[in-house]
Amino acid sequence: MTATDTHRVIDAVWRIESARIIAGLTRIVRDIGLAEELAQDALVAALEQWPESGVPENPGAWLMATAKHRAIDHWRRNKLVERKHEELGRELEVQQELAVADFDAGLDDEVGDDLLRLVFISCHPILSNEARVALTLRLLGGLTTEEIARAFLVPEPTVAQRIVRAKRTLAEAHVPFEVPRGAELAARLASVLQVLYLIFNEGYSATAGEDWLRPALCEDALRLGRILAELAPEEPEVHGLVALMEIQASRSRARVGPSGEPILLLDQNRADWDQLLVRRGLAALDRAEKLGGARGPYALQAAIASCHARAIVAEDTDWSRIVALYDALARVSPSPIVELNRAVAVAMEFGPAAGLEVVDGLTSEPTLVNYHLLPSVRGNLLAKLGRNDEARAEYERAASLARNARERELLLDRASACGSGSKAPEPR
Amino acid sequence: MRFMMLVKHAEKCEPPPKEFIDAMAKLSEEAAKAGTILASGGLAPTAVSSRVRLSSGQVTASDGPFTEAKEVVGGFAMFELNSKEEAIEGAMRFMELHKKYWPGWEGETEIRQVLGQEAFTARA
Repeated sequence: MTATDTHRVIDAVWRIESARIIAGLTRIVRDIGLAEELAQDALVAALEQWPESGVPENPGAWLMATAKHRAIDHWRRNKLVERKHEELGRELEVQQELAVADFDAGLDDEVGDDLLRLVFISCHPILSNEARVALTLRLLGGLTTEEIARAFLVPEPTVAQRIVRAKRTLAEAHVPFEVPRGAELAARLASVLQVLYLIFNEGYSATAGEDWLRPALCEDALRLGRILAELAPEEPEVHGLVALMEIQASRSRARVGPSGEPILLLDQNRADWDQLLVRRGLAALDRAEKLGGARGPYALQAAIASCHARAIVAEDTDWSRIVALYDALARVSPSPIVELNRAVAVAMEFGPAAGLEVVDGLTSEPTLVNYHLLPSVRGNLLAKLGRNDEARAEYERAASLARNARERELLLDRASACGSGSKAPEPR
Repeated sequence: MRFMMLVKHAEKCEPPPKEFIDAMAKLSEEAAKAGTILASGGLAPTAVSSRVRLSSGQVTASDGPFTEAKEVVGGFAMFELNSKEEAIEGAMRFMELHKKYWPGWEGETEIRQVLGQEAFTARA
């Protein structure tokens, strides 16, 4: 095996093992910054040694053992420095941890708990959304700072700064490395789910840049969601979110045209939907509902997505059920965006005039002032009503607000397709 | 990137030892926990399977067993992974498991990337 081959193996091993290693180390050293440093040290050691010695039989255990030895070295180095009593106690614990010879045998049951703790601490509400996303991708997704920067179209130093600051914030606030219990759990879990869905959405409909889809981010979010579903199998909303992501991801191939242009849901070739992901999504939704979570916001969104997934052709879509689900979603999780989506469903079920009425109730909504999909939906409904001049103006306004290049082109196409003047409305 | 793993081995072999079955169950559980496995399954013996073949302009169906084949596909698994190296690493662990818990077993795991998932390509 050449050195390059070994490096590629190490890269793969790192992807597979890094989250578990960092999680296990954090429990021992109680500081995610230090834990990550130690894990990185172990990675560097592997890069130095494996090309010579060959890849060890259990590479994960090797990395963990090496990192633990670095932890001991770290404490020994700091021995001259005055330390708190608590830290001395921790050193003893580290020594005990080291006595556990076999990583897999000794930590098996705890690995899951450690990972879950790492998920919760990375998505801690004390951090900004950007910091939560960056930390989650870095510590749990095993992405490099550069990869995160590229995915979110921000400079690498910005991401590096976010991560450094996030670690410092967590350390300074002495955020415990634990799975929240009782009343705190719901709010903390909501934050975790929000972070995963943010990552997914940035991949699924990139808010900026040239590409409409950044699939690697969708995959990262889905993978993390699936992991979370195994770590917290009793939480219905986790399955709801996984269901939503699986079903949305099933359409990835169908929602981009040959030259990278977006294809909207009702225009997609449903034969291109990935039935494996659809089935996984429906199964996850079923799990959420069986756990009594049918009314959770993610489960409701997944249920809406499932209505589309179940319709073999767009004309078969059960719009009345979708309207009912949006009504329910608007009750449990009211937001102008939900209302806008409800308007689209209402228009499909009761005609464009009814939909327009809902949309017109949103035009003064401050959070939607710069949201391109509001004029986009309005333009669509106006066009269906034959009010072409107004429709074109709305599409043009939408295009001017869209930050994604592909989306902007689509909206301008729609604008020019409106022609001019007014024609008789199409019969429904 | 999506990968199909095809496990091939001689069809005439002893049933797996219990230790192997247990270790396999643990490995599948780990794969599920890693969020990477999409689907998997073992395949029925070729004795109860069939082939439909087009050859020299003739479509013919024939029943198993496929006695002429030295090794047959006995199982499959579909994974969503970041790279082929990850797939190889996973397959190595899978085969190490056979080595450890099923003495005498021989066979291979064929790793094939699933095409048509170009929208879901690896991080460039």
